[in-house]
Amino acid sequence: MKRQDIRVLLMRAPGTNCDLEALRAFRDLEVTAELIHSQKLFKTKNLDDYNIIFFPGGFSYGDYVRSGAIWAKEMEYRIGKELKAFVEKGKPVIGVCNGFQVLVETGFLPAFNGKSIEPEAALGNNTHGYQCRWIRMKKVNKGNCRMLSEIREGTIIQNPVAHGEGRFILPPTNLVKLLEKLYENDQVVFKYCKEDGSPANEDWPINPNGALDDIAGICNPEGNVLGLMPHPERAYYGHLMPTWTSTGLKKYGDGYQFFESIIKYTEKNF
Amino acid sequence: MNRITKSDHSFDHYIIDLLNATDDELNEIAKTLGLGLSLQELRFIRDHYLIKEKKATDIELQTYDQTYSEHCSHKTFKGFVNTPEGTINGLLKSYIKKETDEINAPWCYSVFEDNAGIVDLSYEIAVAIKVETHNHPSAIEPFGGAATGLGGVIRDILGVWANPIACTDVLCFGPLNYPYNKLPEGVKHPSYLFNGVIDGIGSYGNSIGIPTVNGATVFDEDYTGNVVVYAGCIGVLRKEEYVKEVKKGDYVVLAGGKTGLDGIHGVTFASAELTKESETTSRPAVQVGNPIEEEKLKRAIKQISEERLGSGITDIGGGGISCGVCETADKYNLGVQIDLDKIPLKAAKMAPWEIWISESQERMLLAVPPKNLEKVIQIFKDEQTDATAIGRYDDSGLAKLFYHEVKIAEIDLKSLFEPPKTTRISAWIPPKFVEPELDVPTDLGLILKKMLASYNIASKEKVVRRYDHEVKGQTVVKPLQGWNAGPNNAAVLKPLEDSLIGVVVSSGLNPRFGKIDPYWMAASSIDEAYRNNIAVGGRRIALLDNFTWGNPEYPDRMGSLVEACKACYEIGKTYEAPFISGKDSLYNESPLGPVAPTLLITALGIIPDITTAVTMDLKKPGSSLYIIGETKTELGGSEYYNLYGYLGNLVPKVDAQNAINSYKKLTTAIDSKLVLSCHDLSDGGLGVALAETSFTGGLGIKINLEKVPVSEEMRLDYLLFSESNSRLLVEVSDNNAQQFEKIMQGTKYSKIGTVTSEPQLEILYLNKKILREPLNELIKAWKTPLEGPR
Repeated sequence: MKRQDIRVLLMRAPGTNCDLEALRAFRDLEVTAELIHSQKLFKTKNLDDYNIIFFPGGFSYGDYVRSGAIWAKEMEYRIGKELKAFVEKGKPVIGVCNGFQVLVETGFLPAFNGKSIEPEAALGNNTHGYQCRWIRMKKVNKGNCRMLSEIREGTIIQNPVAHGEGRFILPPTNLVKLLEKLYENDQVVFKYCKEDGSPANEDWPINPNGALDDIAGICNPEGNVLGLMPHPERAYYGHLMPTWTSTGLKKYGDGYQFFESIIKYTEKNF
Repeated sequence: MNRITKSDHSFDHYIIDLLNATDDELNEIAKTLGLGLSLQELRFIRDHYLIKEKKATDIELQTYDQTYSEHCSHKTFKGFVNTPEGTINGLLKSYIKKETDEINAPWCYSVFEDNAGIVDLSYEIAVAIKVETHNHPSAIEPFGGAATGLGGVIRDILGVWANPIACTDVLCFGPLNYPYNKLPEGVKHPSYLFNGVIDGIGSYGNSIGIPTVNGATVFDEDYTGNVVVYAGCIGVLRKEEYVKEVKKGDYVVLAGGKTGLDGIHGVTFASAELTKESETTSRPAVQVGNPIEEEKLKRAIKQISEERLGSGITDIGGGGISCGVCETADKYNLGVQIDLDKIPLKAAKMAPWEIWISESQERMLLAVPPKNLEKVIQIFKDEQTDATAIGRYDDSGLAKLFYHEVKIAEIDLKSLFEPPKTTRISAWIPPKFVEPELDVPTDLGLILKKMLASYNIASKEKVVRRYDHEVKGQTVVKPLQGWNAGPNNAAVLKPLEDSLIGVVVSSGLNPRFGKIDPYWMAASSIDEAYRNNIAVGGRRIALLDNFTWGNPEYPDRMGSLVEACKACYEIGKTYEAPFISGKDSLYNESPLGPVAPTLLITALGIIPDITTAVTMDLKKPGSSLYIIGETKTELGGSEYYNLYGYLGNLVPKVDAQNAINSYKKLTTAIDSKLVLSCHDLSDGGLGVALAETSFTGGLGIKINLEKVPVSEEMRLDYLLFSESNSRLLVEVSDNNAQQFEKIMQGTKYSKIGTVTSEPQLEILYLNKKILREPLNELIKAWKTPLEGPR
């Protein structure tokens, strides 16, 4: 499809707060991006007009109870069927930070055997509490997450994180097996890494939250639902990068390729 | 006689007979109703009712109490001050506003008028800024106190129809290692307050999604009993959306959170000293924050302002609905009628006066023309929050309050906003401290590491990382620079998508200087905030003053306040930096004595092109390192003296005319793209600045100390650690050195050394090595003290 025909839906709830920078990124790529309060969608239930759904970061409903839990349950109840249908059509669904938490809470991620009823993973409390800092993450996905196929495997990306609950964990009773499965399915997309790309080995602050096996972002087995804790939208322009005054100013920052790849993929495949 | 009688209505409502009440009776009435009114004010009110030939009601007296409080009326700054040299008719008028008026900057859009100061950003867009204190609540309940302090200042920005883009926070605590057994009853330990305040600010700012981009954390004994919490907020607005046209017939719309029993008598509490009983008596005065409620309000108000559906707006803060409603009515020469039954409550049982003055958080007050009412209420509803029309403005000049269809108050607004002027007595006696006689240390490297590890200089990463400073994707120069996270001088934000113009925010604070000399403390704070702004490329700087002082009823506290105000006028005027907003928090007294006189100066500058902004980290081996400004034997109040337990007398002064000349030239050099890095010299002087710029950039330095311009011959330790004002370190690429020197001609500056690729700081004096430290040692010393588990 043509780029200008691509329609991106950014959903928000009370407490969503990274919507404008995400909206700005999509609009810079010349697609139609709309920011819509989820209450409105609950009434229209109209997701079919969109090609991409993006859940931005924030503190939906204050993240009381558990990050993302309230919004996820509300969505499940109000537009669960429509969301599931959207995902099953293979269209890209992306969640960043609180959006990732929402996708885990709704069971769209990791969704080992399709969308789960109960969350199969968790984004737990950080080892060092709330942290706002820049991190490096490496793209480790071998190709399953096709919307990011424009980003070469092994690419190191600098992005900020800003969260108190983002430590990716799997149920301890079945941890080894599930982690293996995650790799087997090529569901691991980004991992926190050192400057040279070598593993963070769960060392703070290279791994900013203590995530299992340094996992920063995952996708579903089909590859069309993607969630990550770091914020590519906050690294979209060059002047937002942490060392642009010393390494030189470029128009775009490390977050650009993330959005560009998603749009190119949609252009080609839909 | 019993002057307070209950009315025959079924609800809490009392009639107060003020006719011929004696002073004792007036004081008794105030005590019974929990009012903080002075005798002078009580007499004024009594006489007012005599003329009106009526009795007062409890809710009326509560309204006077709120409006006359120091917190709401700023009577110390507006009243008379008797000094040995004569009477000052208002500190605000005689110094602060006078400075602004005389500078008369055409880019000041709205100053000292509204909830925030507003200056031009472009032809169509303006920037609003406000800084508030929330000291007393934070001393009692640090998390809630600090959180709601931030919530309140964000509402100040919403209260000028602006969209918040960033927050600031400046915090002052007692030493974290303060001995528990020395704490008086009722005073909470500094580390408890530190953790609570930081969590509170983080929780509120992060949840509402506004980045906290600038601030400071200071530790001093004098803050042990009086924690100081400054919270600031900056917003942008389209000038055409700055609507102020409330008319007769417009609805009073209360939006946001429900009203409850939290924050009753908050302003009265804030205008009194803290005692050991404050914990139990004043806990209800501390509000409870809910950032998500405010996030919803923010979205709704943005839409209402874009569609210009309101005719006026203000926040509900100190003094509750009472102050918001009465101030609006008075400002537009109107009257107002309110139906208290319509106010949505969250507490089961509230007396009408409690509803009227409660300071429950996350509430805004809008004035809405009848034709837009339905639409405005729907917009709030769409954001899942409430808005209710609780009354209407009329032209009566009165505030008439109804409850259960009974008129329970009728207040003459003029009497409310023309309170009797207070007179304070001021007498400033300069204190004398011992000027220490220290041995010259043999190992300057060791001293430098100790300086870097002092709480006041050490990395505040622990604090800064708890605040989101990236949300909204507009933070171009961040509070911490690069991967080594050195302290940047100021934050730069890019608030407009279609323009490269940036907003520059910095601050200055020198509490220890204030104990020696409040005039030079204020002067130093102005210079520090200003030069930090200049250092990153800021210019056209506006200033905000935030005074935290002790009880102004003591002549010495008042005397030092007068000194500080004089400096604001004199230094600010020379810098042509107008004051655009401010706030005072007085009565900061505890069983441990008064707070150190603390003036926070916040500087708001602009940078025409954010891509020319300069950060503080060294950039390139081989480039030249310059120092701008003169170093003097001024170690009074310095971190170096503090290391040895002394305060001293020789406090740094400001040579304002020379300073501004240097700053202007530095701006020219930055605009000519000659400056690779720039770092301000403040706490810990040259030694600390060299270390910070060096380890942040990961590059070494080799300097010759004898090249530093001095006013007289100086000891090496003093040369390294003096905190003389108006100095900056500037890195210039070698091939631009000549051009840079040409621009700086006529100022005090000198090339003192070069940037090296060797990771060490090396200082020579007349070719003799006096200090050599590897960067990893320096950074370790600097990063360790506040790290580790909390």
